[in-house]
Amino acid sequence: MPPLRARHGTDGLKNFKNNIISCERKPSPHPSERYDAVPSLTPETPQLIALSAPSIRCGSCVAMIEKTLRELPQIDAVRVNLTNRRIEIRTLRQDSDLDGILSVLARIGHPATLIDAADQQDTGKDAIGSAMLRAIAVAGFGAMNVMLLSVSVWSGADGAMRGLFHVLSAMIAVPIVAYSGRFFLISAWTALRSGRMNMDVPIALALVMALGLSLFETLRNGEDVFFDAALTLTFFLLIGRYLDHRMRCRARNAMAGLSKLSVKTALEVRTGGQVHPVAAADILPDMVLRIPAGERMPVDVRVLRGSTDLDRALVTGESLPISAAPGDEIEAGAMNLTGPIDVLALRHVSDSFVADMTRMLATAEEGRGRYVRIADRVSRIYAPLIHILAASTFLGWVLATGDWQRSAFIAISVLIITCPCALALAVPVAHVVAAGRLMRDGILMKDGSALERLAQIDQVTFDKTGTLTQGMSMPRTNLKMETQTVAALAELAGSSTHPAARAIAESLPPPPENLGNITETPGFGVEGLLPDGRRARLGRASWVREIASEDCSGEGPAFCLEAAPMMRVPLRETLRADAEIAVAALMEAGIPCEILSGDGDGPVTRIATRLGGLNCLYELDPAGKVGRLQALAKAGHRVLMVGDGLNDTPALAAAHVSMSPASATDAGRAAADFVFLRPSLQAVPVALRLARRTARVVRQNFGLAVLYNCVAIPLAIAGYVTPLVAAIAMSSSSILVVANSLRLNSIAKSRDRSRNWRPQNEIPA
Amino acid sequence: MNSLILLIPISLAMGAIGVVVFLWTLRSDQYEDLSGDAERILYAEDRPIVPKDQNTARKHKETAR
Repeated sequence: MPPLRARHGTDGLKNFKNNIISCERKPSPHPSERYDAVPSLTPETPQLIALSAPSIRCGSCVAMIEKTLRELPQIDAVRVNLTNRRIEIRTLRQDSDLDGILSVLARIGHPATLIDAADQQDTGKDAIGSAMLRAIAVAGFGAMNVMLLSVSVWSGADGAMRGLFHVLSAMIAVPIVAYSGRFFLISAWTALRSGRMNMDVPIALALVMALGLSLFETLRNGEDVFFDAALTLTFFLLIGRYLDHRMRCRARNAMAGLSKLSVKTALEVRTGGQVHPVAAADILPDMVLRIPAGERMPVDVRVLRGSTDLDRALVTGESLPISAAPGDEIEAGAMNLTGPIDVLALRHVSDSFVADMTRMLATAEEGRGRYVRIADRVSRIYAPLIHILAASTFLGWVLATGDWQRSAFIAISVLIITCPCALALAVPVAHVVAAGRLMRDGILMKDGSALERLAQIDQVTFDKTGTLTQGMSMPRTNLKMETQTVAALAELAGSSTHPAARAIAESLPPPPENLGNITETPGFGVEGLLPDGRRARLGRASWVREIASEDCSGEGPAFCLEAAPMMRVPLRETLRADAEIAVAALMEAGIPCEILSGDGDGPVTRIATRLGGLNCLYELDPAGKVGRLQALAKAGHRVLMVGDGLNDTPALAAAHVSMSPASATDAGRAAADFVFLRPSLQAVPVALRLARRTARVVRQNFGLAVLYNCVAIPLAIAGYVTPLVAAIAMSSSSILVVANSLRLNSIAKSRDRSRNWRPQNEIPA
Repeated sequence: MNSLILLIPISLAMGAIGVVVFLWTLRSDQYEDLSGDAERILYAEDRPIVPKDQNTARKHKETAR
């Protein structure tokens, strides 16, 4: 965070009043309450607020936000971070009006959410990244200077001069390798202690051996030292390591910005009817809570008073809202749509539906823990191999010449030249280039192993609601009504926020305002008065039937004018953008697709047919989805799961690899390996293509590294490797591997052009 | 030969200055928002080079950051 500049000290008193007022008129349990939990000093202490605003996209957004916020009286300093899409604000006082700031931001088109104190620690300052950058800088400095001295030696410095250069190199190299190389040394040590083998073991061994041998040679005034090799190794390898780290950090930052769904506070109704905000974690069983329309259930509850409609799409995968009346039990995470209700908390938040999902997720993830990254698999073979090779070189030379010192020198030069510099760069550089490429297409990747796993898949399973489909619409064709009736329907539908009503209103022309006295009965529907005094109703069939002259069976919400026959408005789910193209592209690539849905038979089969007759399983509970994935895994399939709901979360973790849209629940996004930010389902084939291409590049990189070793190892064993040869061979192999990985970028670009890929707008989150 | 006594420390010192400058830029968070800084230059408001009073001087500094 750049240091924020103070704006003015004298504004303090003026704002004191503003803030008092703003505090009094703010009984809402808004995010600001959470911020109060942060240790507060005195009210006069400036407060630092970090907001996440995913809609920040360019320099003009930055300029506008900073200008607008700077004009607010209570704000001391503002700094917008375009990279992380964050706003950092320093206010003059502790108890500033956060709601005010948020509403100002929403008004100028940049809705923001507060970043939680916990998330902030996680994503704020990247301590490891900075430490690595410092280590890279120091290693680069050392490498350059030692190389300078080494070049003088190689070009013929001799005698006392060579000795002086060697001592100088030692003085630079030893502390710097200890400082910058600590990442490898520590990692190798922990791996060895727990009896594992990773790529850092041969690296650390090569570093330590190179330094030890060179120190020894320096002391006895020998000819060849490897200080420059040790330093360039550290420098190159640290760059690979840093890129890998940064890739993961960026994905995590981007994902933190998406967080918006989880309920953190609720309203408690105390005896006497007073309403108090309470944190979700403090809700006890038997507490009475008030859930306003538009909020999600914080825990599992039973309805006490009021009736409403619930959107359970993210909880169970049902596409149509259901109605709830007193006595009904509701799972945590369901959204209250139409009317406020009073509910009785049944369980603690840790025993609620969400927590069940988290537990299932943990068990499902254990299976995936067995996956070994390709680099580790390679190093398991490679590391013992080169150690045996070095040992037998030593033995061979001792037996052949009897010269211990010369044999040790040659054996160690084998270790140095086989140090897996190119191997260690082969994977991370390819993954970083691929991650950057994916990010430009609006796909976030958690880590490199996800890309490896995605390249292996041979089957895709989709969740239906929210993944293959997005909302509902009314097919225009099969409505046979008079214009006046259609206008009444459109007006009734337009007055409600119920998703079904929304869908109807959107597919009809905007009506003239004819109806009077429009009222909404939560859980039942909307009613209005026609100019001739008759009533018109839209909503639940049993309720609409009360005024109908004639009943009508069918699906979808019912609609009727008083004393006229009732009719049903058929609703169809709309497919997510490009769903057909994406599924077709996957099928064409030889990957069968399947639908696993919690929704009923009818809607699932309809969607499956529209997508070209996919295999589908319906009415699955979360355990059923996991069971299906495990059965597929047992049959030897590697499955990509694409889903968004809370009920998909365990399945996302159980699958070989998983993706979820940005609209998914927090838990879903946390469980998924990839998150796509744009509405188009094309993200799935795009990511798959890139993963496969990346896997190919990684294999090529390994091939290059092996080729390099085939040339270098015989030279080293034969004793022809001088420090100069080592420096040239190691740098050129690393550069070759990096260049090959960068090719991934250009391939991807040209293919996209030829496929006429059109970029789409990102979801305004 | 004697020139080396001078030249080697000079080359080392120049390298060291480079490292120190880099570490300073790192510490003062100049790499936190690279894309933002690239855009910012296009949206910086025009201001007189010589500030008129104390107030503008402060604001000037603020935007310059």
